[in-house]
Amino acid sequence: MSISWRRRVVRWFSHPGSQAWTLLGPGMSWLIVFFLVPILIMLAYSFMPRGIYGGVDSGVTLEHYARFIDPLYLDVLQRTFLWSLACTVICLVLGYPVAYLIAGSGRWRHLLLLLVVLPFWTSFLVRTFALIFLLRDTGLINDWLLRLGLTHEPLIILYTPAAVMVGLVYGFLPLMILPVYASLEKLDASLLEAAEVLGARPSASFWRVTLPLSMPGVIAGSLLVFIPALGSFLTSDLLGGAKQMMIGNLVQNQFAAARNWPFGSAASFIVMVLVLVAVLIYLRIRGRGPAGTLP
Amino acid sequence: MSTAVSHQPVVQFIGVSKSFGDIRAVSDVSFEVNPGEFFSVLGPSGCGKTTTLRLLAGLEQPDEGSGEIRLLGQIVNQTRPYERPLSMVFQNYALFPHLSVARDLLLNLKQRKTPRAEIDRRVGRALETVRLDPALFGRRMPGQLSGGQRQRVALARALVLEPAILLLDEPLGAIDLKLRKEMQLELKALNKQLRTTFVYVTHDQEEALTMSDRIAVMENGQLAQLGTPAEIYENPRTEFVATFIGESNFFQGHATKDSRGEWSAHGPGLSFRVPDTPRLENGSQVRVAVRPEWMDICRPDQVPPAENAVIGTIDDLIYLGETIHVVVTVPQVGKVKVAVRNEGQLLKPLVWKRGETVAVVWRPEECQVLEAG
Repeated sequence: MSISWRRRVVRWFSHPGSQAWTLLGPGMSWLIVFFLVPILIMLAYSFMPRGIYGGVDSGVTLEHYARFIDPLYLDVLQRTFLWSLACTVICLVLGYPVAYLIAGSGRWRHLLLLLVVLPFWTSFLVRTFALIFLLRDTGLINDWLLRLGLTHEPLIILYTPAAVMVGLVYGFLPLMILPVYASLEKLDASLLEAAEVLGARPSASFWRVTLPLSMPGVIAGSLLVFIPALGSFLTSDLLGGAKQMMIGNLVQNQFAAARNWPFGSAASFIVMVLVLVAVLIYLRIRGRGPAGTLP
Repeated sequence: MSTAVSHQPVVQFIGVSKSFGDIRAVSDVSFEVNPGEFFSVLGPSGCGKTTTLRLLAGLEQPDEGSGEIRLLGQIVNQTRPYERPLSMVFQNYALFPHLSVARDLLLNLKQRKTPRAEIDRRVGRALETVRLDPALFGRRMPGQLSGGQRQRVALARALVLEPAILLLDEPLGAIDLKLRKEMQLELKALNKQLRTTFVYVTHDQEEALTMSDRIAVMENGQLAQLGTPAEIYENPRTEFVATFIGESNFFQGHATKDSRGEWSAHGPGLSFRVPDTPRLENGSQVRVAVRPEWMDICRPDQVPPAENAVIGTIDDLIYLGETIHVVVTVPQVGKVKVAVRNEGQLLKPLVWKRGETVAVVWRPEECQVLEAG
């Protein structure tokens, strides 16, 4: 009895097709149940009328998408997009030199990389609260500025867009540094030597060789920062004082406080479309090959 | 051979050393390269030849206070690579993967603020020099080129700057034999045509002999011998040079001078005459090298009176095509290899058989007295 079972199992596993399905099975089931099904539910909800006591009523409507034509919401969308873009650019400007230095720092680079990812060991929520203590009127930064006599009254940083930007950049900077580092680390040192021997000054070999060849890392890092920035809500909530909403806050509000699930679903889908556009642009650039990255 | 006007050397290496930690990669090396010369640096891997080239290029700095590197008469010890009057072909070609052939060539001309028309003319000419059609290859990416084509592009890229000195770091290493032989002759012709000084690093002795005006043989970071291919091959100074370039048989004994002023050497189981050289000293150990093709084989009773001879048994016959190597075991000396011209084994087979007792003979003036050590 047990032998025939074992045989059957062995026969099942020795067939290439069933091997693939056996290995894919658990992961695929997980994704279908916890990723695909919820998304389809959300998609359906976003086209259904709002129920009186939360939830949805049966029927089909476009009103939730139509609501986005309201300048109030367009404003939120525009702000979300611009802030995410600004955050990406700032992360790139701050992160690229850090990645460059780490890639060139020999045996210290593993330690430095560890320092870059170290913040991830603490909850993002706790770290954002820590930022509040830094940025508020009586916080460390204002304290120092006053003591050094650089300012005479506390700067108002907390609950401004600047504070949100500080929080976003702080949170996402490692996601820029790591892929840029990875592409710089792979860079063939002999190419830089070739550029130098063939007459390129250090600045020229950076702009014409190093930067173009590290573009895959720059693009990957930009996506890794831009996409979660689009969906972030915690930072703008805690550091922005909920005064200037990002779309993430809107979605959160609709699902929690306002109990307007269909509108929240529609807002989520609009973010997804934005992300999809960003990814398509990325694939387009990558598809053209590294040559396309040089003007 | 050299058509260049005899003025100052293009490259001067004066007592240069380079260490990496405890390892002395280049140790007190001095040499000069003349204008327009094809100069090879030859040696086994790890002998310091690539480091020597990198020192020339400026990719490595000489050890503190160790000697001088001069290019066109100027001391360049502190000069960055991009300010030196040279360019280089790298072993792995180091073509920029993100640039098409034409752009790769342009990269450095733009850097030097050359006018547009001049750029196009020079890029076209450089590609034609290496026999690549600019219209066909200009837009190709490195990934779309074969090994030989990449090699040509790397060469064109180095030539487009019209440098005074071209450094080549084993550029033919990754190319198949037939193409390599072709490229060797092409490079040699290019050197004469452009009158650019070539400094060529290789571990392939045949390649160095084929192309070079002069060869510097390196061993363990030191210069073992410097000379023309004929000098290196026919008069190797040390045992290392004699074995690294071609094959050699070695004999040793105590040197003695007879009443007529002629030198001979006596060792266990043999005695032979040696040509008079300043290196000889009465009673001292002398070691000589004899090339296999300078030796001959005859019956022990037919040794010509003026020649040196050792008697042994034929151990093996190795068919090489052009020649046949006869390996003779000589008691107390060891194996001696003799290259016999192949006159066609099917029509006129060799008379010697395995196990036969024969004499290996050579003329006294054809042994090279080696330096001790």
